[in-house]
Amino acid sequence: MSSPIALLPDAQLRPLLDGYEASVRSRRWHTLLIFACVAVAMALSSVSAEVSLPKLVDNIHRFPSYIIRLFQLENGRPVWTDFPEWFWGLSRWLRLLGETLLMAYVGTVLGVIGAFVLCFFAAANVAPSRWLRIVVRRFCEICRTVPELVFALVFVIAFGLGPVAGVLAVVIHTVGALGKLFAEVVENIDMKPVEGIVAGGSSWPVAMRFGALPQTMSNFVSYGLLRFEVNVRSTAVMGFVGAGGIGQDLIEAIRKFYYSDVSAILVLIIITVSVIDQVTSHVRHRLIGLQEKH
Amino acid sequence: MPARSPVDLAALRGRHPEHFQRFDRRRQATLAAAAAAFVLLVYAMGELGFFDGKLLAGMGRLAEIAGLMLPPDPKDWAHARVFALALLETIAIALLGTLAAAVLALPVAFLAARNVTAQRVVRFLSRRSLDTIRSVDILVWALIWVNVVGLGPFAGALAIMTADIGTFGKLFSEAIEAADRKPVEGIVSAGGGKLLGVRFGIIPEVFPVLASQVLYFFESNTRSASIIGIVGAGGIGLYLAEAIRTLELQQTSFIIFMILIAVALIDYVSSQLRFAVIGHRGVTA
Repeated sequence: MSSPIALLPDAQLRPLLDGYEASVRSRRWHTLLIFACVAVAMALSSVSAEVSLPKLVDNIHRFPSYIIRLFQLENGRPVWTDFPEWFWGLSRWLRLLGETLLMAYVGTVLGVIGAFVLCFFAAANVAPSRWLRIVVRRFCEICRTVPELVFALVFVIAFGLGPVAGVLAVVIHTVGALGKLFAEVVENIDMKPVEGIVAGGSSWPVAMRFGALPQTMSNFVSYGLLRFEVNVRSTAVMGFVGAGGIGQDLIEAIRKFYYSDVSAILVLIIITVSVIDQVTSHVRHRLIGLQEKH
Repeated sequence: MPARSPVDLAALRGRHPEHFQRFDRRRQATLAAAAAAFVLLVYAMGELGFFDGKLLAGMGRLAEIAGLMLPPDPKDWAHARVFALALLETIAIALLGTLAAAVLALPVAFLAARNVTAQRVVRFLSRRSLDTIRSVDILVWALIWVNVVGLGPFAGALAIMTADIGTFGKLFSEAIEAADRKPVEGIVSAGGGKLLGVRFGIIPEVFPVLASQVLYFFESNTRSASIIGIVGAGGIGLYLAEAIRTLELQQTSFIIFMILIAVALIDYVSSQLRFAVIGHRGVTA
């Protein structure tokens, strides 16, 4: 049978094929080596994390049964047969949920303001001084690396139990996270307007206001909205350490085995979070669309 | 130089009134939105008790606490050893949780990806379940797993795994959807089946992206793993919460310092590995 593709003579083909085989073999070795490293790391960590498969196998049946139990009322019937009984605490939970949203809002707005002020000092292209830039960058790093709940625990001691501690923890984390993102936005701007304004004899703040800000505003708002989604999730658990919001009731329900309450609160949180996600992503897409039109 | 014709300002103003307003429509809308946001901010701060005088008193106490935290000090070597072991346990929890989540999320991600799963219902269901998993916080998962396998780091690893399945499932499916269709079409047109198309057409292309996302999340999971101890799921969080609650402030700052260093180290290592995997063109996370 004659092939439409002309084959090379064997003498020429052999080294090419050998080369291909060798390359495939070396890649295989490479992959195997990586897998071996990962396996060793996993084995070591399994020892440290007290992983025991027998324990998991023995108890795994409790996971689905726990989830199923969450959706049963005290009398053993499924929750959706009796909505008033399932959501018996609705007015209280809605109030707490409202408080959670307000906490997320205040935390996000104050955090955005803080990050907005800091980002111009942290961006490599416009920062007025190198040392200030390094200090601001480190500060943001620490703010976002220490988990929010740790800040909340400390603030609860200083400010007492309640939402103030939770909000401040969210503010600090938001400043750290957004300070970095905002600074990156500023680093990506077109420098010509800023140079033009500086060349016209204006001071640094004026150059930032009229040269840098108009280019960055829509990105700032978009990142801020994204952060609001994240903060709604994190304020929902601030109550775990007594820092306000619906988390307090949730952890109490889990700890005291009020199963149907747990599912009711979780359902409320999940609905709220997904509604917020929908709304903010809609707004963000409109903002990005606006930006592209200009 | 040509003589300038005098500008008839009045006529211009008559023709384009909108350009002569100091506050045009868009500006008015922006100002109104900003004012509304500000009013809501003040209302919310009042509602949350920011103006009860607690804030000022608290600031004073906070300064005091910050002063007492310095210098970081574990108290003695025995404590330092315990904390170091707990930190290793934290990293182990993060590593196990991340890898297990990556392995389990991969098949779900293929089910949720538009270019692999043609079936609408399967795609919808897998997406919604990933969304639901993601909406439940990692601490809640930790509490649930503590109920199942008991207190300890194992529950923590399982919690990180569960929470990350939701995140990875979404990120992976997006990466798969962004993959080039041509290799798959080539394989299918040469007679390969759908499964072969996925194996040789999609996986080689998306694997580096997925690996870099996993490495990226290893760092953030170390941070999560350092707090799940607060609800009894192992790691350094237990000691941290205890130190804060018993006002052992120098120990507290020592532990926070340890976490910061560990996270920075892991961040460095994982970004080096990420660059090795995908080259210096950044991550599409």
